[in-house]
Amino acid sequence: MNQNPNIVEIRALNYSVGGRAVFEDLSMNIPRGRVTAVMGPSGTGKTTLLRLITRQVWPDSGSVQVEGIEIQSLPRTELYALRRRMGMLFQNGALLTDLDVFENVAFPLREHTKLPERLIRQLVLTKLQAVGLRGAIDLMPAQLSGGMSRRVALARAIVMDPEILIYDEPFVGLDPISMGVILRLIRRLNDTLGLTSIVVSHDVQEISTVADLVFLLSGGQVVAQGTPQQLHSYPSEVVRQFMGGLADGPVPFHYPAPEYFGELLGRDGET
Amino acid sequence: MRAPKDLWSTLLASLISLGDTARFLLRLILGTPRALLRFGLVADQIYNAGALSLVIIMLSGLFVGMVLGLQGFQLLQRFGSEEALGTAAAIGLVKELGPVVTALLFAGRAGTALASEIGLMRATDQLSAMEMMAVDPIQRIVVPRFLGGVIAMPLLAAIFSTIGIYGAQLIGVQIMHVDAGSFWSQMRASVAFRDISEGIVKSLIFGVACSLIAVFEGYNAKPTAEGVGRATTRTVVTSAVMTLFLDYLITAMFL
Repeated sequence: MNQNPNIVEIRALNYSVGGRAVFEDLSMNIPRGRVTAVMGPSGTGKTTLLRLITRQVWPDSGSVQVEGIEIQSLPRTELYALRRRMGMLFQNGALLTDLDVFENVAFPLREHTKLPERLIRQLVLTKLQAVGLRGAIDLMPAQLSGGMSRRVALARAIVMDPEILIYDEPFVGLDPISMGVILRLIRRLNDTLGLTSIVVSHDVQEISTVADLVFLLSGGQVVAQGTPQQLHSYPSEVVRQFMGGLADGPVPFHYPAPEYFGELLGRDGET
Repeated sequence: MRAPKDLWSTLLASLISLGDTARFLLRLILGTPRALLRFGLVADQIYNAGALSLVIIMLSGLFVGMVLGLQGFQLLQRFGSEEALGTAAAIGLVKELGPVVTALLFAGRAGTALASEIGLMRATDQLSAMEMMAVDPIQRIVVPRFLGGVIAMPLLAAIFSTIGIYGAQLIGVQIMHVDAGSFWSQMRASVAFRDISEGIVKSLIFGVACSLIAVFEGYNAKPTAEGVGRATTRTVVTSAVMTLFLDYLITAMFL
């Protein structure tokens, strides 16, 4: 199984919500051992893609394989076995608010193992040390800043030593310092723990410094893929608009609306 | 013209939600044996739903009992049978007021707390995070809370009735000077085991209903502030109506 260079393979995937197609005939390969970024304008379904990869939602058709396993047809127990090999960092950390930092990081260990208390403590301390928050061990989630709770969530995501680490918008709402900390953590964890990282983000500058491979999603499909350098000089309007942060281009600034002056003057449906 | 169609779709929607609730209950029951093995989690929830509701239950029980003492005395005096006050108060409390008022208070105090807690966990991705950690949120979060409610309810109802009887005695014996001996002995002579078991059955069923409604509404709440608010409101309203409806059914069955 480990010969397969791709850890996630998506083939001809279709997915729609409420009649609106989010993905149409989407195919992509995510290589093992690298930091892969999935980028795209808001609303292109980046987070939905993560939910499809982890089977929190089902596609309408097509296949998603993780570690060579077709996940759509997987029974619940095997899905859970697969998920134990994945760690996921949610947008806001999603720490359990009734447990302190230590118990949050220890949570997967307590649920899945019968390790003695001393060993659990050691594991939790090493993971918290890795994210620089060993001193915050007794705090409650409400006492943490946005960046700190994301780092605690990261420690929790790696406590079971996963093979795949998934980040959902890890930079949203962070100050530049916290952002830099998270960026360096993504790179360092990927290289020292030998995992595969999938990062969903729309922060072009930040992600360019850390990703080995970038997929750019727009209109339900992959419009470009390559290294960050390749993408910056990609000969496509959509890509240039996104990477350059231009307001208007193939991705319109305006949400579809009736004709402007007509609506201002109150003439319904007239042109 | 639209009325029959609306009525039909409303009826259909409520049938579907009834079916969903029943399936949810089945999942909870299937998860119960494993949850009982980790009794620590359930004990925490008995504390949350039960011990934390104690003050409101005891206060309400006292006042309901005192009102019962006053009204009962007034009524029985007309027939010259004030000594029956003990019996009247005890039967009223044990069979009806204890289980029903406890369930209503439980829905307001513990039910809303359960629904909003679970709803907020959903809204802040905590339930999804558990799913991703290969932990079943139904097993880890919902079942212990459900069981905590089911176990706490009969205990609360028993405490309510006990304090209520004390309240009735306070008014009847201490203030209205009903003879203490006949108050207690008539109560002991005429309250049968059947009366008490009716109260226990009722509060058990109310416990299942109110806890189920609370965790169901919370678990299926829309993950927004408004959605959680609605779930809490619906928990109270549905629990209250269900409690009174079931109360009628069980009373009729015990006759």
